[in-house]
Amino acid sequence: MKQYLSPLAANLKPSGIRKFFDLASSMENVISLGVGEPDFFTPWVMRESAIFSLEQGQTMYTSNAGLIELRRELSNYLAKHQGLNYNPENEILITVGASEAVDLAMRTLISPGDGVLIPDPSYVAYAGCATIAGGEIHYIPLRAENDFRLQVDDLRLAYTPNCKVLVLSYPNNPTGAIMTREDLLPIARFVCENDLIVISDEIYSDLTYEGNHTPFATLPYMRNRTLHISGFSKAYAMTGWRIGYVTGHSDLIQAMTRIHQYSIMCAPIMAQIAALEGLRNGESAKKSMLLEYDRRRRLMVHGFREMGLTCFDPLGAFYVFPNITVTGLSSDEFAEQLLKEERVAVIPGIAFGPAGEGHIRCSYAYSTEQLKEALERIARFVKKRL
Amino acid sequence: MLSEEDRRLLHILEQDCRLTPEELSIQTGLTPDYINKKIKQWEKDKVIVKYSLLVNHEKLEEDRVTALIDLKVLPQRGEGYDKIAQRFQKFPEIKSVFLMSGNYDLCLLIEGKNMYEIAQFVSDKLSPLDVIEATSTRFVLRRYKQDGIEFYGEEERPKRLVISP
Ligand SMILES: Cc1ncc(COP(=O)(O)O)c(C=O)c1O
Repeated sequence: MKQYLSPLAANLKPSGIRKFFDLASSMENVISLGVGEPDFFTPWVMRESAIFSLEQGQTMYTSNAGLIELRRELSNYLAKHQGLNYNPENEILITVGASEAVDLAMRTLISPGDGVLIPDPSYVAYAGCATIAGGEIHYIPLRAENDFRLQVDDLRLAYTPNCKVLVLSYPNNPTGAIMTREDLLPIARFVCENDLIVISDEIYSDLTYEGNHTPFATLPYMRNRTLHISGFSKAYAMTGWRIGYVTGHSDLIQAMTRIHQYSIMCAPIMAQIAALEGLRNGESAKKSMLLEYDRRRRLMVHGFREMGLTCFDPLGAFYVFPNITVTGLSSDEFAEQLLKEERVAVIPGIAFGPAGEGHIRCSYAYSTEQLKEALERIARFVKKRL
Repeated sequence: MLSEEDRRLLHILEQDCRLTPEELSIQTGLTPDYINKKIKQWEKDKVIVKYSLLVNHEKLEEDRVTALIDLKVLPQRGEGYDKIAQRFQKFPEIKSVFLMSGNYDLCLLIEGKNMYEIAQFVSDKLSPLDVIEATSTRFVLRRYKQDGIEFYGEEERPKRLVISP
């Protein structure tokens, strides 16, 4: 039936982690550090409020943009915690995960042939969604020596006049890098000078370990040039509920809402209700998860450095991104041999883009016992190759 | 108020107080020296009161009964409930003593080998006291959760995918 596929569908490549998924899933007794989701359950207050809402019979559609109570609460939350001001009536759209928001943003902004600037390495969906929207991908290499922070010089090199959109994603998956206000300022200037629109995926914004996160939209002149995307999957451990959001100038959000209205209708109501409860009463659960992640983060960085690997300090998200080039292996070889020899699954850096080569992504969303065991196994593996 | 650093340290100790200062140092970014001093200080100030063990006696199939005893007490002139409460806290059988709002005044949590032993304690030691006007003893039948630890229902953890983006 392949002849019936559109060229776009036929040519769309599976994400780089797919191959690894198949390999790791076929093995027994694997300790996996390959997971991009929390090991915690959604805080009970949130689960409980969703259960109660089901008992009450709240099983209907909501308005396309999402429950107005949720948008209002979110608006307050963003103002209070992040210094962002969005009108709940027309500048906030509740989506089926940040994933849907990324897809909508690309489809709303991009015409075929428009250039999309994407930092490399980065989360796998940006290039995928940009391609589906007909965009032309321009990778901007991030460098380990800059702690994987985007440099304006590298941005300038990747830029061509057909570029319209810049994707930012800090705190970053897969590197764990963050960008401070000072780091972001030259980027914001470049965005103005070249009339770019920014899709800023800040889904890990509540998971930073030293100092608070700076939302890109709070930089001078950036509010109206930014689609601020985030969600509940990570900080509230809600991956399976499928709920996220996007905020921005009403012209953009209204256009996105129109696409969303036809393709999705609305995000699931029980997820919206649980998210609302999280904004109201989830802060302390979120804080204690953050403390736990921080402890594991330090354990991992220390473990990798002890092995003799270079590992920069990831200050956000829940990943470490050690450099494995001293082993003489490519990231693909490293990950595959490690899996076969020691039954530890990690993701090769190259799965997140060419500049990820030489690194592996290890998630620390696991108990400290599991992490210690995994570190021991990796150390044994690395020692044989030094 | 706890500093950011001390909160990190206390959080980990609350999860697992058996970690060595070196391990704590790795997981907090604080020096072992600082950690040692801080823990000593907390012990001295009774911020850390005890390093305790939570045993699920049901698994050992040991005889052990827990009861909650509510007491209505005549408050003493000038001393309120403190004096009588302090007297109760001396009994090793009594694990906790609380002053309560509501119909009763004090609530004792008491442990014994069996119901008989607890009944004996109530009739020998508590009921004869003049200040006690009424008691109500309730036995614990099953312990589902204690000190933040769930005893049931966590056996089967739902599985995550091995790899996800
Ligand atoms: C950077 C980034 N953005 C978005 C997502 C998807 O989030 P959601 O579950 O809200 O769709 C992920 C999930 O791994 C991610 O790492």
